[in-house]
Amino acid sequence: MLCTAFGLMLASRSQTAAVERLRILIADAFAPILELMVQPVATVTGMLDAVGGMADVYAENQRLHEENARLLQWHEAALAVQQENESLRQLLNLPTQSGARFVTARIIGDNGGAFVRTVLVSSGARDGLRKNQAAVTGEGLAGRVIEVGERAARVLLLTDINSRIPVALEKSRARAVLAGDNGPMPQLVHLPPDAAPAIGERVVTSGFGGLFPPGIPVGTIARVGPDEIRVMPLVAWDRMEYLRLVDYEAADLSGLLPEGVAGGPR
Amino acid sequence: MSQPFWHRLDQFARRLFPFALTLALLLASLVPLPLPAYASVSPSFMVMAVYFWTLHRPDLMPPVAVFAIGLLQDFLTGGVLGVSAIVLLVLSFATGSQRRFLGGALFVTVWAGFVVNSAGAALLAWGLNTVAAGTMFDLRPALFQYLLTVGLYPSLGWLLVRAQRAVLRPA
Repeated sequence: MLCTAFGLMLASRSQTAAVERLRILIADAFAPILELMVQPVATVTGMLDAVGGMADVYAENQRLHEENARLLQWHEAALAVQQENESLRQLLNLPTQSGARFVTARIIGDNGGAFVRTVLVSSGARDGLRKNQAAVTGEGLAGRVIEVGERAARVLLLTDINSRIPVALEKSRARAVLAGDNGPMPQLVHLPPDAAPAIGERVVTSGFGGLFPPGIPVGTIARVGPDEIRVMPLVAWDRMEYLRLVDYEAADLSGLLPEGVAGGPR
Repeated sequence: MSQPFWHRLDQFARRLFPFALTLALLLASLVPLPLPAYASVSPSFMVMAVYFWTLHRPDLMPPVAVFAIGLLQDFLTGGVLGVSAIVLLVLSFATGSQRRFLGGALFVTVWAGFVVNSAGAALLAWGLNTVAAGTMFDLRPALFQYLLTVGLYPSLGWLLVRAQRAVLRPA
C-alpha cells in the first residue's frame, strides 16, 4: 500500500489530466454532503453577525447614509465616463467590450492545510462554469478555476504555490506576473527593470493571455525589497463565503490585440 | 433465523463505526470556518483519529482503511495525491508498534506518545510536499498546524473514548 501511495504521488506529477478527472469526480460525489455540512456553520455565523450588528445599528446607519451619498456622486461620474468612453470607442472604431457573465458559488470545502491553497465551490459545469475562469469576491481577485465537475469545482487561490497570474501595475501599466508561494503575500515577478512600483500602488489583472478580463483589482504593493516585491491581496480570506466566477470570452479580448501578441483563446 | 441476521448486521455496523466516524470527521474538517488564517493551520483530525483507533481498536482500523482515508483526504483537499495516505500509513505502523507501551497507559502517556508520533507525521508531510513541489515550504504553517493538532488531541480523544464506549462496548 505504501508503494501504491508512492506510485500515486508520481502519477499525480505525470498523469495530470487523468488525476484531475478522478479528483473532480470524487469532489462531485461528495459535494452534496459538504454543501449540507456548510449550512449550520453559515447559519451560526449569520446569527453571530446579526447579534454583533445589532449593537451598532445606529452608527452603521449613519455611516451607510454618508457612503450612499458619496456613491451616488460616483454613480453619476461613472455614467458620464461610460458615455464618454463609448463615444470615444466609436470614434476609434474599437469593438465594444461585451459584459462578463457571473456565476455565484458557495465555498463548501477549504482547509487544505499547510501545503495547498485551494477551495471547493458548489457550482460546476451544469451552472456554466469552465476551467480557467477568474474567481472574484467583492474586494477583488481570489483565484482561478482549475478543475470543473458537474456540480463542484476547485479554485486555485492566488496565494497557492502553483498560482501564476498576469497582472499590471495600475498607474504605470507595467506588466508582471503574480506568483504565489503559499504565504499571505504573493510575489511580483518578471517586472520590467525600469518599472518603479510604489508601496500602496494597486495591482490589477492585465488580461494578458486572454484568460481573465483586464482590470480586476488584485492587491496593493506591500513591500519593495532589493530582490523581491510583495503584493497584499485585497480579498479577506477568512470571511470568504461565496465566490463569483467570471465568464469572460477570451475571443472578445483577442479582437483588441494585434495578431500574435497575446496567445488569444487557449 | 432472523435473530442471527440482525445480530450480524448490528455487529457489522458497529465494526464499521471507527471508519465511518473518521470519514465523517474528514468531511467536517473541510468545512470552512470564519477564523483568521484557519484554513492554512487547520488541525489534522485524521492524524488524531488514526492514532486513536490504532491504539485502541487496531482490528477496526486496518491499513486498508487508513489508506482509503488518506487517499480521500488527498482527493478532497486538493493536495498532492498519495501524501496523506503515506503519512497516515506510516503513522499507523509506528503507532501499532508502540501499542505494548501505550495500549493501556494513562491518558497523559498516550498524549505524550501523540506529541512524538504526530511530530513525525507532520515532518513527513512537510518533507513529502517539499519533494513533490520541488521547493522548500515555509515551516511555520506546518508548525502551527502541528501545535493545534497536539493541543486539540485531548478534546477529540475524550469524544472518541465516549463514542467508543457507547458503540463498541457491547461488541
